[in-house]
Amino acid sequence: MAKAAAKTKAAASASVERRPALAGRTLSAPGVKVEILPPAERVSLRAPQASVAALSKALGVTLPVKPKSSAAKDGRTALWLGPDEWMIIDEAGNDPLADCAKVTALHSAVGISHRNVGISVAGPAAAVTVNSGCPQDLSLEAFPVGAASRTILGKSEIVLLRIAADVFRVECWRSFSDYVFTLLSEAASDAAN
Amino acid sequence: MLLIRCPYCEEERPELEFRNAGEAHIARPTNIAAETDDDFEKFFFIRANPKGVIYERWRHIHGCARFFNAVRDTVTDKFVMTYKAGEPKPAKLPGAAK
Ligand SMILES: [Zn+2]
Repeated sequence: MAKAAAKTKAAASASVERRPALAGRTLSAPGVKVEILPPAERVSLRAPQASVAALSKALGVTLPVKPKSSAAKDGRTALWLGPDEWMIIDEAGNDPLADCAKVTALHSAVGISHRNVGISVAGPAAAVTVNSGCPQDLSLEAFPVGAASRTILGKSEIVLLRIAADVFRVECWRSFSDYVFTLLSEAASDAAN
Repeated sequence: MLLIRCPYCEEERPELEFRNAGEAHIARPTNIAAETDDDFEKFFFIRANPKGVIYERWRHIHGCARFFNAVRDTVTDKFVMTYKAGEPKPAKLPGAAK
């Protein structure tokens, strides 16, 4: 049980400067703010049911088995993407990939930290802004706080996580991030009207 | 927009998240090398393409990414029902006459 304390620190890169895509870009409109989130550690995790308990213990967060849900603990979030697929996001500077590596139960963990860009959409008009390109029902009844889903935003695939009633995290592929950020920015300006 | 029920996500989701993957319940020959050209043609190319109820594979590609089966009416485009991949063809469809 004390395992959670043994989370592995992400290796500090000595000489390579990390330059996240679109870093620092932000847009404020009345009712909503869109901004690029700081870099985070991410893992794409596939595992059969029999491995879920061991992986949950190693990661220090219980992998959710309910569709469209997530679980978070100590800056680490596990998002249900499919019946045997999760995305792990660590914002606390720890290394979920190394934690998975300690698990002997069958699983596949792939580091995708640099593949994705996280975008925050926050404010009373956040749901309207995301809905401008995402066809899912984002009412609080259908998509409550903590809900997570792979879905689509305009022409780009995204992973959507509702952090609070009026705060969303949008995860997209790095090469799509300019498109996704611009679409959300335009939507944010429209949502204000 | 059509709403399609994904049997893995256990809810209806917008059609933009899905992709059609052709006719369902086509069994691959157990010994494909022994197939005659005619039988191979039937297995590989020939599809029922009915006017009315069709059994199809669909994929929730921008969701849980799973393949599943759907029963759809090609005339009305109405989804009669969906069920998980590997499950048998439903013996009776909901709402269908006995
Ligand atoms: Zn699904």
